[in-house]
Amino acid sequence: MNALTHRPRIGVHLALILICFLMCLPALYALQVATLDIVTAFQAPPQLFPPGEAFGANITTLFERLRFDRLILNTTVVSLVIVIGKTVLALLAGLAFVYFRFTGKVFLFFFVLLTLLMPTEIIMLPLFRLVAELEWAQTSPNLALTIPFLATATGAFLFRQHFSNIPRELADAAQIDGASPLRFLFAVLIPMSWNVIAAHALIQFIASWNQYLWARLILPPDRLDVQLIQIGVRNAGSGPQTDFGLLMAAGIVASLPPLILFLLLQKQFMSGFAITRDK
Amino acid sequence: MRDERLQTLSVRAIAAFVIVFSAWFVVAERDGLLRLLMWLLNGIGAAPSALETLITYYLTLPAEPLLLSLGIGGLAGGLASYLIWQAATRAGRRVPNRVASAALGVGVGMFGAQIAAAATQHCTYLPEAAFAETLIGVLLTAFMAVAVLLPLWTLILGRRRMDGAESGYFRSRWLGYILIAPTLLSLLIFLYYPSVQMLNLSLVARRFPIRTDRFVCLNNYISLAGDAIYQNSLLTTLFITVVIVLLSMTAALGIAVLASQKVRGAAFYRTLLIFPFALSPVVSAAVFQAMFREGGSGLINFFLDSTVGIQPSWLRDAALARWVVVFAGVWNILGFNIIFYIAGLQNVPRDLQEAAAIDGANRIQRFFRIVFPMLAPYTFFLLVTNVTYSFYGIYGAIDTLTQGGPPLGAAGSLGGATNVLIYKLYQDAFSPGAPIGAAAAQAVLLFLIVAVLTVLQFRTLERNITYGA
Repeated sequence: MNALTHRPRIGVHLALILICFLMCLPALYALQVATLDIVTAFQAPPQLFPPGEAFGANITTLFERLRFDRLILNTTVVSLVIVIGKTVLALLAGLAFVYFRFTGKVFLFFFVLLTLLMPTEIIMLPLFRLVAELEWAQTSPNLALTIPFLATATGAFLFRQHFSNIPRELADAAQIDGASPLRFLFAVLIPMSWNVIAAHALIQFIASWNQYLWARLILPPDRLDVQLIQIGVRNAGSGPQTDFGLLMAAGIVASLPPLILFLLLQKQFMSGFAITRDK
Repeated sequence: MRDERLQTLSVRAIAAFVIVFSAWFVVAERDGLLRLLMWLLNGIGAAPSALETLITYYLTLPAEPLLLSLGIGGLAGGLASYLIWQAATRAGRRVPNRVASAALGVGVGMFGAQIAAAATQHCTYLPEAAFAETLIGVLLTAFMAVAVLLPLWTLILGRRRMDGAESGYFRSRWLGYILIAPTLLSLLIFLYYPSVQMLNLSLVARRFPIRTDRFVCLNNYISLAGDAIYQNSLLTTLFITVVIVLLSMTAALGIAVLASQKVRGAAFYRTLLIFPFALSPVVSAAVFQAMFREGGSGLINFFLDSTVGIQPSWLRDAALARWVVVFAGVWNILGFNIIFYIAGLQNVPRDLQEAAAIDGANRIQRFFRIVFPMLAPYTFFLLVTNVTYSFYGIYGAIDTLTQGGPPLGAAGSLGGATNVLIYKLYQDAFSPGAPIGAAAAQAVLLFLIVAVLTVLQFRTLERNITYGA
């Protein structure tokens, strides 16, 4: 007989339903407002049900006037480059720290780890000057948005922890078989690390997709062809009178890719962190 | 077997895509990348002349500031080194003898002191320096002297006899460096170098319309201390941070406990509870902007009007506007906290809880005595993340909701009600006639505040993981 008595499950269900409803309330409201046109959205009392008819019109405005198609493409390219770069660099760093001995390894490890204390938001002023010096802002904005952010201390730390938990005999076996370290990485380490790789990639993708400050600093506001999506969302709310229907629709469209990825990778994501937290 | 085939195929497809996409990107942006290479080579080529400038600087430095800085550095370094030597000897570690340790401390301390002093051009040692500047200068020098000493001591204390028979390592010496090189290079160029520039920027002022920078020692920092708008910004940031952290972490813990119960559809509930974390602060703020509209058309005011008959002007009132920012922030980050607390709760062993239950502990006692302490590593990790979010990530939310907030004080003399440090920083930096030096000083201070908070939390985290394992 279990000493931990089980409460009736109804109470838990009710509590969960209530809290889920509260959490989803803002999103549900946003969905409803996205179906209203600019005048109806300002009605008091508000039209909470049934949904309005302006959803299609709002979406069309997003894609035609506000060029959300271009924004989505730009943000996707930028985010992909960042995720690929961060994953590759973190994997190599993890491999180096765990399976090699070289002078100054400890110093270099702390050198990398220290950057966890140095968020890019702080150094955006000199970074802005650097990017201007390289003429990236005008001619190659995609480089300005990606190259400074390819290294990741979080990723290096994550993969180092994960690789440390893998039995070392595998590396010995690989050396006996005559495999090079890179071959060991691709044939043994990576197949054992998919959960961590997926979790890390998801977080970095979401962070990159949701970025705002840096893009706003370096991208000229009138150039929609290189703009990123969160700026587009922000712009959807500007104007003499805020078109809340359009703004909500913008928020919904901008949130679809991260949400879909999260839903698809949810299982990997949750277990990816359970594994790394195990000491 | 088919599952494995499918997995290998999808892995190969992903790998192929990654290679093709990366190649396309590099080719498309080759001009910009070449410019980066040129810039790097130019920088390396400029190193000799930079060295020359440094040498000239020291040759023309008057004796007094130099000796003062060397003295303070040597003192601090020697003292720190002696204390470390004492502690190490008491712990029975292999160390060089007492005199050598002290000499090492003095030497390295003097060197470390020069790093801080040269960066500030020894201005804190000059007779014209204000008292506050001299005081900060002494502290800074001592800090740098010790800071350079610590890695050296870790190297000395950590030396182990390299066992050649240690298994699991690859033989190559140089491959390790090559693997770590991209990360190191990227961090050096795009993180460390701009950080140094930031420090240098904070020591200058620019008087519009003169286009050159004037060296002003620590004046930017001192004038910030007396700036009412900055003080207000600091208080606002602390308020918003504390409230967001408290609300989001306690709520997340409670929800995680609830969501960890074994009920049918738990995964479905969890998805609904967690998904807002994937939204950006801008989107979250936009939704809350719609909800908290003034007048009767927003959701919140509609509800309040129907129940208690009031329609507060949320975003125009200084006190209320902060709460809207807080709510938007909490809603955004709650899911992230819940994810980690759920993972943490799953790692709490059930037999411990059962043993406690058999011993007569009720649910509440079991929670606070067993479960909560075992969640300590997660709590501290989330503390760091939440604080980082409230200090930095909140920028997008504020730019969407309030743009710094309804004005505070008489005619806005105290700045805005939601004018947090990160927002004020970029307002100042990019406004016309921008006081770049003052903005840079703000950035350095912001970094110091968060760094101190993080280091405190990191050290407690480290200690807890060692005990918890």
